[in-house]
This record gives sequence, structure tokens and C-alpha cells, in this order.
Amino acid sequence: MYGRKVKLRFFFVLLIFATLALSIFLLIKSLEENVIFFKSPTEIKTLNEISKKKIRIGGMVKKDSITIISKEIKFIVTDFKNEINVIYSGVVPNLFTEEKGVVAEGYLKDKNFFLATKILAKHDENYMPPEVKAALEEK
Amino acid sequence: MFKYFEPNKIFSITSKAPKYVLFLFIVIFSIGLTEALILSPEDYKQGHSVRIMYVHVPAAWISLGIFSVITFLSTIGYIFKIRNFFLIAKSLAPSGLVFNIIALVTGSIWGKPTWGTWWAWDARITSMLILALFYIMYLIAWRIFEDNDKVFKVTSIITILGIINVPIIKYSVDWWNTLHQPASINILSKSTIHLSMLFPLLTMTAAFALFSLLIFLMKYNTELIKIKNKGLDRL
Repeated sequence: MYGRKVKLRFFFVLLIFATLALSIFLLIKSLEENVIFFKSPTEIKTLNEISKKKIRIGGMVKKDSITIISKEIKFIVTDFKNEINVIYSGVVPNLFTEEKGVVAEGYLKDKNFFLATKILAKHDENYMPPEVKAALEEK
Repeated sequence: MFKYFEPNKIFSITSKAPKYVLFLFIVIFSIGLTEALILSPEDYKQGHSVRIMYVHVPAAWISLGIFSVITFLSTIGYIFKIRNFFLIAKSLAPSGLVFNIIALVTGSIWGKPTWGTWWAWDARITSMLILALFYIMYLIAWRIFEDNDKVFKVTSIITILGIINVPIIKYSVDWWNTLHQPASINILSKSTIHLSMLFPLLTMTAAFALFSLLIFLMKYNTELIKIKNKGLDRL
């Protein structure tokens, strides 16, 4: 039905696409370490060695874990399997609260203790007016 | 069938349609802005910053959508040698780039008060920046190569390369840990955005789509005029 050239061009396009898609897949797969923005406490626990480099950890701020002592703020980041203590001095974003997502950038002292130099609040995918949130909490 | 289409017929549509599209755009955009800025509620957590989302998300959707359409047109156009498809793709690209930049800028403005940073090199944001680079590459290619056959090939290859990035943008938030939140609007599972916020979001999306259509018609019209001036009555 179609000419030979049309078929050839079709396979040419298909081959270019498949080759590129596969190479990019492999490339990203091998760079996965750098693609992820932060590590979870569980991933920190399974680390073989603690690097001195700056890293990011992320998870939920554990309920009732925030304590403020003069200029320092301490809290626990959890992924509901493992936990890590974070210590930080500086300004936190407005959305930083307990039981909400957080990403901390800084240095790992040991597997249970993280010294943060920057705190980012992670927003979740829930959008609703305050009244709806209040009604949900009543339930 | 497009091989034998008459630019004159299309031209009569593209020269008259913009004013109607413009009218429709103004109406929908006014409704969308009123909903987004006045009628819709504030978010329980972000407060009024949520209103940025009504520009950010539709802009991102439109830019992804336009790139997909451009890729489709370019590859089909290349395989079947349909020149008209390339002209449509070329005319669509500028509004895609504009909305891509709008999405990046509004995201940055939203990120500062909520995340606490203007920019983060997370997978979603970086892949969106890469899409903007592909748009720029695509548009520059049209300016560099004068020869039709050459420009069709080069732009097709750019779009094929760029389209691989599109699913990466979409699923980056599910595949890897990102600072960017996952999708709130899901077709298969329950959406996590309240109805009072979904409505302005969809209205704004319609308004942006109409704006893209308007710019497209004007650009495409210019392309047809260029062909007419060359004295060709067929593409």
C-alpha cells in the first residue's frame, strides 16, 4: 500500500527512537544515585560508609519531635521504618511542620545523626480549602 | 490527502479565525482569572500561594502537550513527506516554549515561599528545563537551515530525541525521590485536589489552550503568506 521508501523511513524513525530511548534509559539507570534528590532514612541505614560530602535526606517530620533550644532546632525525620535525628540552626520555611515532608541538606555525622545546613519543606499532592481539612480531621 | 490540499482554502480560515479565537480566549481567561484569584478558596497549608498553581500547572501541561503534537507531526511528516505537517509543527512551537518558561518561572516563584528555595536540581525541575532547551534547539534549527529537506530531517530528529524526555518529566516524581510533589490529578485513581480548586485549574487550562491556538493560527497564517509570495499554489 505504501511505497518502499515510506516503509524504510518508518523503520528508520523507529530505530532512532528505540536506540535513543534505550541509551537514555541505561544512562539514567547508571546515574540513579545522582538523579534522586534525597535519601530516605532507610537508605541511610543501609549505607556501607559515611561520606564526608554534603548529602540530602528526606522524609516526614515525626510527630512531637521538634524541640527548639535557643537557636538550634532538633527534630526526627522518619520514613515510618527508620528514623534519623536532625539538628539545624537557621530559618525554616513556613511549611515546615510536624507530620509533613521535609528535605534536609547537610552532613551525616553517623547513621543516626544528621547536621543540616539547609532545610526545605516538601509539599504533598493534597490541595484543599481549610474548611475541608477541618472536616476531614473531625472524622 | 494533504499532499493535494490547497493553501488558499486553509488561508481563508486562518486569516478569519483568530478574531473569534481571541474573543473566546478573553471570555474564558476572564472567567479563569476570576475563579483563580477571587472565587477559589485558599489552601489549608499554602494559603494564597496556591493561586500560582492555576498558572503553573496549565502552562506545564500545554508545553508538554504541544511538544508531543510537534513530535507526532514531525515524524508522520517525515515518513510520509507531508510538508504541511512541518509548517503546523513550526507554528506551534513558540507558544510551547513560552508556556514552558512560564511553568519554570511560576514554579520558582511558588518554590521560594513553600519549599524555601527558588531552584532545586531535582528530577522534575531539571527534566522540565531540558524540555525548554529542546524547544529552543527546535526553533533555532528552523532558522539555521534554509534548505527544506534538511530542516525537516533535523527538526524531526530533535523532536524524537526530545520526546523521550516527556515521559521522564511525567513520571520523574513517581520513579525517584524529588522535591516536587507527585501528580494531584489522576485519571485512574482518585484525585487529591479539592473540586473548588480543580475548576479554576481546568478553566485556566482551556484559556491557555485557546491562547496557543491563537498564536498558532497567526504563525501558520504567516507561513502560508510566505508560500503565496513565492508564487506556489501548492505546498
